[in-house]
Amino acid sequence: MWNAILRPCLVCFVILAVLTGIAYPMLMTGAAQLLFPHQANGSLITSDGKPAAHASQAAGSALIGQSFAGKGYFWSRLSATSPAYNADGSSGSNFGPTSPNLLSEVTGAVGALELADPKNKKPIPIDLVTSSASGLDPDISPASAYYQVGRVARARHLSRGAVKALVAQCVRGRWLGVFGAAHVNVLRLNMRLNKLSAMRH
Amino acid sequence: MFNDGWIQLAMVLAAVLLLAKPLGSYMARVFTLQKIPVMDRVLGPVENLIYRISGISKGDQQGWMVFTASLLMFNLLGFAFLYALQLVQHSLWLNPAGLPHVPSALAFNTAASFITNTNWQNYAGETTMSLLTQMLGMTVQNFLCVATGLAVLAAFLRALAAKGTGAIGSFWVDTVRSTLYILLPLSIVMGLALASQGVVQTLRATANVHTLQQPTGAAATQPAAGIQTIAMGPVASQESIKELGTNGGGFFNVNSAHPFENPNALTDFLEMVAMLLIPGASCITFGEMVGDTRQGIAILATMTIILAICALLCIHFEQQANPMLPANVAQAHTALMSGGNMEGKEVRFGPANSAIWTVEATATSTGAVNSMIDSYSPFGGLIPMWLMKTGEVIYGGVGTGLTGMLITVMVAVFIAGLMVGRTPEYLGKKIGAYEIKMVSLAILIPPALTLVGTAIASVTPAAVASVSNPGPHGFSEILYAMTSQANNNGSAFAGLNGNTNFYNIIGGLLMLAGRYWSMVATLALAGALAKRKPAPPSVGTFPTHTPLFVAILAGTIVLISGLIFLPALALGPIAEGLSKVVH
Repeated sequence: MWNAILRPCLVCFVILAVLTGIAYPMLMTGAAQLLFPHQANGSLITSDGKPAAHASQAAGSALIGQSFAGKGYFWSRLSATSPAYNADGSSGSNFGPTSPNLLSEVTGAVGALELADPKNKKPIPIDLVTSSASGLDPDISPASAYYQVGRVARARHLSRGAVKALVAQCVRGRWLGVFGAAHVNVLRLNMRLNKLSAMRH
Repeated sequence: MFNDGWIQLAMVLAAVLLLAKPLGSYMARVFTLQKIPVMDRVLGPVENLIYRISGISKGDQQGWMVFTASLLMFNLLGFAFLYALQLVQHSLWLNPAGLPHVPSALAFNTAASFITNTNWQNYAGETTMSLLTQMLGMTVQNFLCVATGLAVLAAFLRALAAKGTGAIGSFWVDTVRSTLYILLPLSIVMGLALASQGVVQTLRATANVHTLQQPTGAAATQPAAGIQTIAMGPVASQESIKELGTNGGGFFNVNSAHPFENPNALTDFLEMVAMLLIPGASCITFGEMVGDTRQGIAILATMTIILAICALLCIHFEQQANPMLPANVAQAHTALMSGGNMEGKEVRFGPANSAIWTVEATATSTGAVNSMIDSYSPFGGLIPMWLMKTGEVIYGGVGTGLTGMLITVMVAVFIAGLMVGRTPEYLGKKIGAYEIKMVSLAILIPPALTLVGTAIASVTPAAVASVSNPGPHGFSEILYAMTSQANNNGSAFAGLNGNTNFYNIIGGLLMLAGRYWSMVATLALAGALAKRKPAPPSVGTFPTHTPLFVAILAGTIVLISGLIFLPALALGPIAEGLSKVVH
């Protein structure tokens, strides 16, 4: 019993646990910090979109969405975290497809968008009125960004064409043209929008 | 109908099938204790050191009972360690967020979950587990439970290949070699690739940033106004083994939907390939070890065909518009938006990609998500549920997927044998009464656990109170949870509040029974098969590498899971799907 089972059991467990639970993650941390320090520390960026040397200089992470309100910013998707875009507690809504909560969530978001831009009669892209899986989705679809162009341009006293061109520059296509989906990073888009406003005024 | 989802599916499957041959051959060398250039030089000394201190030698042979006892003892120790670690994490190191100890019922469920390769999570990682628990608890078991699965597979393959010698190998040697030669090197490469793309890897628990739009007026006076606290940690190292080992337990609450676990389409592709990689390659390992590569290819083909059909169906259902939503919401796929069912999905992936992921994660025993399955359309959610109900044999878990499939093969051979009136045999080995008893045990226990668990929960008021969606969808949440745990998958309809004493305890018991009951039956079967002398094939031998056999095997899988689960599925997703049509 001791020789066939207990001794190898203890030895294998201890050594393999140290290897996989301490040596391996520490090695990976060291290597990632050395090779990819920006990515390994959360892809933090400053308000002009450049990599931030330290969190205190950062206006956010390029990978984590933020809440935007008011007519002068592009809005992010709905977030089921509490409060919205709480990056310390990711969560989806888990509303089922036939749930009344889903319907009231969508109609509420449609109402808010229409209130902010009553003259815009274009259909509203589905991703703009639904909650993301993580509650931290950094992106909206290009269609959702274009949908908001009129409102943002008016609020910022910019030309529609200039804002539309800005969105076009921020569209990221699919990987290899087919994998995943096209998207626009809302934080980066709004950073460039601030820059555009500052230049024009 | 599928938009271009089929191209994404084809890319993933092509990568998996291309890598299956080299990795499968490599794994066969690891299991048959052959020399491996370069790796031997680096890892050989570590391996030999473990053997020396353990007092075992590389060529040891265990009988099936000692093999099983070793496995159970090793897993029991892993369980005790992980359970204890959670109870005392508040007074140990690497707890920068100052998290309290984990309550005991939750710690029991979590320990059972991670030692059984289920990785069901009744907790949110970033707010429950300290970094030390994530590393020394979760990451360790992410390796060791997978090595356990590979050891069972190696024993089963040796039994099929044995010429009546009864030799099935040593659990200790298989566990050590699987960890060192297969899991660690793959995880290091994968982890670095992920980190280069933005998956975080740090010992800091959070970063505080001042958000771009600062609040004004009354909102600005709130505490922490305008500050976003971003949780992070050593994620890349856990993420890589999580997918490679078909574990699926996320560092964060929302798993691979979190941008720090899965930041872009490239990481999404890599993680999807990783889920299928070892289970797919195992089929080639099997073919090589039994000396007939066609046998492995037939099984790989069966798995791939079923997976592809399910993925295409799921893409179709998730890309549909939800008729209940207002008419001025655009839901159709265009060049500028993916459209479809976007509730609980991320924009960078879209519904087609998310559907493929979900099918892969439930066909394998990974259970990781890049979208929230609770928000899937009724039939879109039916597919992952059915895949788990097949007993995780479509690629399945690392090691256990292929052993489960080989056991299903024996059922298929048995049925085919009954039809033509011959004694069933597989790879020249007669399948007698004892073997069929073990096969039946391994196949019937997980469904029995699922249905009994669902029945108990459905009549227990405390359990019903955990349901978050009304009507048949609520029943689906319970059925999904029991299916996922009894079959050691870990995928969830996450709306169900599983962190109650009822679900923590019954779920933990289902996971333990589902895993170890099947494993003991599998090893008993291996012990019996290893002693049988293979008979040379004759004209009456039923070939098990032909397209006809692939069809019979696929039919057997559909038949077993369909017969057992159709009534339960009718009460949940099918009822909801039909009611939606009526609306």
